[in-house]
This record gives sequence, C-alpha cells and structure tokens, in this order.
Amino acid sequence: MTHADFVFAAFAITALATLWILIGSWLAMRRSEALANDLRDKK
Amino acid sequence: MHRFANPNRFLSIAKPLTPILLWPGLLLVLGACWWGLTQVPAERLQGDTVKIMFVHVPAAWLGMAGWTGIAVASIIQLVWRHPLAGVSARAIAVPGALFAGLCLVTGSIWGKPTWGTWWVWDGRLTSMLILFFLYLGYIALTNASSEKGNVSRVAAVFGIVGAVNIPIINRSVVWWESQHQKASITLGGSSISEAYLWPLFASALGFSLLFGAIVLMRMRAALAETRIEARMRRMAED
Repeated sequence: MTHADFVFAAFAITALATLWILIGSWLAMRRSEALANDLRDKK
Repeated sequence: MHRFANPNRFLSIAKPLTPILLWPGLLLVLGACWWGLTQVPAERLQGDTVKIMFVHVPAAWLGMAGWTGIAVASIIQLVWRHPLAGVSARAIAVPGALFAGLCLVTGSIWGKPTWGTWWVWDGRLTSMLILFFLYLGYIALTNASSEKGNVSRVAAVFGIVGAVNIPIINRSVVWWESQHQKASITLGGSSISEAYLWPLFASALGFSLLFGAIVLMRMRAALAETRIEARMRRMAED
C-alpha cells in the first residue's frame, strides 16, 4: 500500500461516518418534529 | 442560564442556529479537506501520510470536547437542575463516541505507515480507547434510563467521573513514554509549519461547527419526542 492509500482510507472513513451521523440526526429531527406538529394540530 | 430552561425559548434559538452552524461547517470541512489533500506539500519524514492530520486532529479534539461538554452539562443538571442539561448531554454522547472512534481509526491508519504498526498500548492510545469505552458506557446508561430525552442522576455522575480521563489523555505524552508525538499546538504557540496549520485550523473549525449542528439536531429530536410522548399520554387518558 502507498501512503496515498492510507490517506484516502482515513479521509473516506471520516467522510462516511460524518455523513452517517449528520443525515441520521437530520432525518430523526425532521421525523420527530413533523410527528409532534401533526399531533399538536390534531387537538 | 434558566432563561433557556423553557424548551420553546430554546427552540426559537436552536431552529435558526442549526443551519447557521451546518452550512458553513460543511463548506469549511470540504474546503479544508480539498486544501489539505491537494495544496499542502508532503512532509519531509512522514510524506503524504501527514495529511491524515486534517481529519485525525479534529476527531481527537471533538472526542475530548464532547466528553467535557457531557461533564459540564452533568454538573449543571445535578447542581442547578436545568431541564435541558441532560438533553444536551445525551445529544452529545453519540457524535462524541463517533469522533472518538474516528480518532482511534484514523490514528491507527496513520500509525501503520509511520510507526510500522496499527496499534501500541501506550498512554495516549490507551487513554483515548478508554474514552471511547466511557462513551459506550454512558450511551448504555442513558438508554437504560426511563426518563425520556433526559438522563438519570447515575448517568450524570458517570459523566462527571469520566471527565478525569480528559486531562490524562492530554498529559499522557508528557507523563509516559509514547510513540505518539508531543503536543504540537499549545497555549504558548505552535511548532507546526503554517502550510499545515491553517488548513488544520479550518478543518477543526468546520468539524466543530458540524458537531454543534448535529448536537442541536439531536436535542431538537429529543424535545420533539418528549412532546409526542406527552401528547400520546394525554390522548390515551381522554
């Protein structure tokens, strides 16, 4: 393996993990806030 | 501080603040990674692997800052009983664990070509691994709690006690012999060349803004879930 392979692996793993937590947190927030607003409107 | 104890007041700030942290954070991270990968020269001894610094150092910083945030929030929860302190501590835990894990993985990837090994049981690496396990323990404790969105007193005490590990991580390269290099950036200055320092600063700032946005999103989700649960309970009683 060349040095570039190690650099690519480190950046790729960081990018994937960051995207995973970012998208997961955003979807969870959107879903929960939408459901909370729906329930509030059903009063 | 108690001005923000009202979730509605907190949300009126958190909602506009989330994109303010998210988009500049994303742009900074992308720009810093491009800068670090394509514009920065290879280092004399380490070659191109020095570029791993632009993801490894922010991950280490956020892993440690995350637990410091949990400890501060836990103190605020226990002493002042601030209702959002536990919510914020819980929101920090998963991204904090993720960045502590990323620090270990990217450090290991950096170690193989630089030290010739993926792992050594020295003070810095071992104390960082302990921090990762502390995060896992904290997440398990908060998930076991019956208090939806908040954390139990046991978890809060665990958050404070676990903070003992933060100065140990910081001083480990001074106290014990270590493969890991000594601190390159201190309050007294930096021993890193400016060619590496500025993209590193941009990357650390970008990841920090993203971390803040992630924590706000998770707090907003937790508060919305609390509202859902309260509403469902009222509907069941009617």
